[in-house]
Amino acid sequence: MSLITVQLGQCGNQIGYELFDVICNDLHSNGLCPQKENGLYQAASKERFFDEHKSGDFVSRAVLLDMEPKVISQTLSMAANSHKWRYSEKSQFSQKQGSGNNWANGYYVHGPKYKDCILNLVRKEAEKCDRLGGFITIMSMAGGTGSGMGTFITRCLRDIYPNSLLLNEVIWPYGTGEVIVQNYNSILTLSNLYQSSDALLVHENDILHKVCSQRMNIKQISFRDINKVIAHQLGSVFQPAYTADGASHYSRNPLGELMESLVPHPEFKMLGLRNIPQMSEHSLAYSTFTWHGLLKHLRQMLIANAKMEEGINWQVQLPSEVTTRRNFLTADLQFNKSVANLAIFRGKDTESASPQGFRDPALYTSWLSPDNSFSVWKTPRSFNKYEKSATLMSNSQGLLKPLDSIVGKAWNMFASRAYVHQYTKYGMEEEDFLQGFTTLEQIISSYSTL
Amino acid sequence: MTQSIVVQVGQCGNQIGCRFWDLALREHAAVNKKGIYDEALCSFFRNTNSRADAGGADVQRGRICSLKARAVIIDMEEGVVNEILQGPLRDLFDSAQFITDVSGSGNNWAVGHKLYGGQYRDQIVEKLRRTAEQCDCLQCFFVIHSMGGGTGSGLGTFVLNILEDEFPEVYRFVTSVYPSAEDDVITSPYNSVLAMRELTEHADCVLPIENQSLVDIVNKINQMTNCGKLGAVKPNSLVTSNIGGVKESEKPFDAMNNIVANLLLNLTSSARFEGPLNMDLNEITMNLVPFPHLHYLTSSLTPLYTLADVNVPTRRLDQMFSDAFNKDHQLIRADPKHSLYLACALMVRGNVHISDLRRNIERLV
Repeated sequence: MSLITVQLGQCGNQIGYELFDVICNDLHSNGLCPQKENGLYQAASKERFFDEHKSGDFVSRAVLLDMEPKVISQTLSMAANSHKWRYSEKSQFSQKQGSGNNWANGYYVHGPKYKDCILNLVRKEAEKCDRLGGFITIMSMAGGTGSGMGTFITRCLRDIYPNSLLLNEVIWPYGTGEVIVQNYNSILTLSNLYQSSDALLVHENDILHKVCSQRMNIKQISFRDINKVIAHQLGSVFQPAYTADGASHYSRNPLGELMESLVPHPEFKMLGLRNIPQMSEHSLAYSTFTWHGLLKHLRQMLIANAKMEEGINWQVQLPSEVTTRRNFLTADLQFNKSVANLAIFRGKDTESASPQGFRDPALYTSWLSPDNSFSVWKTPRSFNKYEKSATLMSNSQGLLKPLDSIVGKAWNMFASRAYVHQYTKYGMEEEDFLQGFTTLEQIISSYSTL
Repeated sequence: MTQSIVVQVGQCGNQIGCRFWDLALREHAAVNKKGIYDEALCSFFRNTNSRADAGGADVQRGRICSLKARAVIIDMEEGVVNEILQGPLRDLFDSAQFITDVSGSGNNWAVGHKLYGGQYRDQIVEKLRRTAEQCDCLQCFFVIHSMGGGTGSGLGTFVLNILEDEFPEVYRFVTSVYPSAEDDVITSPYNSVLAMRELTEHADCVLPIENQSLVDIVNKINQMTNCGKLGAVKPNSLVTSNIGGVKESEKPFDAMNNIVANLLLNLTSSARFEGPLNMDLNEITMNLVPFPHLHYLTSSLTPLYTLADVNVPTRRLDQMFSDAFNKDHQLIRADPKHSLYLACALMVRGNVHISDLRRNIERLV
């Protein structure tokens, strides 16, 4: 099945480029596995992300949208210069003037105005697919085009393709100092996406930044470095894998199986992503890993809600173990309960990787049996130069804290009605803000009472 | 790509405007070595082929033929405008862009606003519209004027009214030069107050600049260069240079006007050039104006000494971020450290990484 990627705004387009770049490079490598295996993998990966032209060109299944021309033209030329793949000339849309960080401008003005044109582009891209598996939209929450127009386009896609799956990849802004109205934009984006999207996959800038500085050892971090980390994580999920033990072919419906394992209830659809190992390319050659070690770390990362391999709190334990030690109260606060988890193992000896640690019922909410809340995908083919790598996608309480902080900050601003006039100017009403707050508070309370 | 139009009103406005065009040309010349008319140039300049036909139809692509500034120049005297017409920048403007009178407004706001306003209204609208029609996607008007005089403050704010009536969708950024305490014009407090009311009502964003701070900054630069502390100052750095100015000999206000011109260039640089974290002009008002009438922005520039070819090491880079909040670097006499910020934006230009930004933001917050 093919996936169509919709890249929105400056952030979405820059990440989209890195994603296709990672996938294309991975696709063309030998993958440290038998040739036959590699052939199957390459074919599956190609069908998902690229359309191969008669000339042998790999053309990505992507639609590029932005209200400004600068980023798109840069992205197109970067892809063309890679000489491995390119974007289709016709699947891009840009205007002259940006949305100016204003969600309302993107959602109420630009979205409806260019709706027909954009949906036409998406339809043409969809017609190129033999089997359409769904849409992945990449957007930021803080800006105007990505967040505002992205939300609008997601809603339209939901209307027009009611049977296709929609995954929104959203980039959570830095805690402070990105854009002043970032909290408003985030609230509006999240609350609206929750109505129309099937799942939201969240990446936090703060954490990605730390990954770059602490795990990758990059001294001077640029947005490209951060985007590469995101692209790697996304690739590790969406590249082909066997979804059931002993399956004879690579999963044909990656988004469907992902949703099936991770989103059991429409109230819970915020997904987080952890992967291991993360390190710079230079040290990779001198490191070896065992599946036992990797999984032990990954499990603790999940329990302690650590988003990367550094600074994991090993004190946090499952409640059952904790109660015997009589420090229930302190540890319980930090324990990260999940609705569902999905582990993806790629590389050598995946048979020996035993995910038993993730099957513990104490990890999960009580209303779902642990058999249904944990699934594993595997492939013997390695991904992106890592001999062994594991990715854990989880629907858990992990995003409560950032969500709570964003809602709190936005409330503070909203209490004095600061910046509200900038939104009402484009046809929004105070009522819409309040609705957004209500939706998010509902989500927060659902997740915290798991 | 969007375009902006500069409307320069009165003696002060035109002198600053002149420095702005000069610096803008040189900035583009430094980046654009091949002489191609590109998107970045397009935001403030149009490319005409004067030889092809007299109407000067715009050439959209290819080599630069003859650049014309997207500007409307208004003054009720002829002195400064004549100097422009005789100076090295004369080719940048054509006569259709000027509106002049002979007698001046006599430092009287009412003469500028009411008398000349009524008299020249149609002419101003006509010229503004003609300039606007040459733009593909007009985003912003930059009005440059002074608050103390008659023409700048009176007619300048009148132009602002016209802009709001005729182009309600286009942003209005106003750069206002406020008189110093010991100003020699006795009516300047009246003029300023009357103009302020108009600014509050009709502008999207005001960048107040105080003459006294400019004087202080220029004095400091001179002091630093003379005592030899700053070996690195190039004699022709953008702040101090007056080459290509109105006259060959240095005029007293040139150094001060350069600072304002630089402010405008840096403000728009992110909208004109590519970057990893673009900032569009409409994002400035979106993020910095929390309530409709609170749209007065204090501005500061750093580093002040060398605005051309700086390659700042990390330690001095961090210093630069602190300096931006220092009262010596503000363009009005205010001490931000001892007052309250409603909102604040750092616009960083040059070879700066996201990690540098994050480090400093975390330090300052």
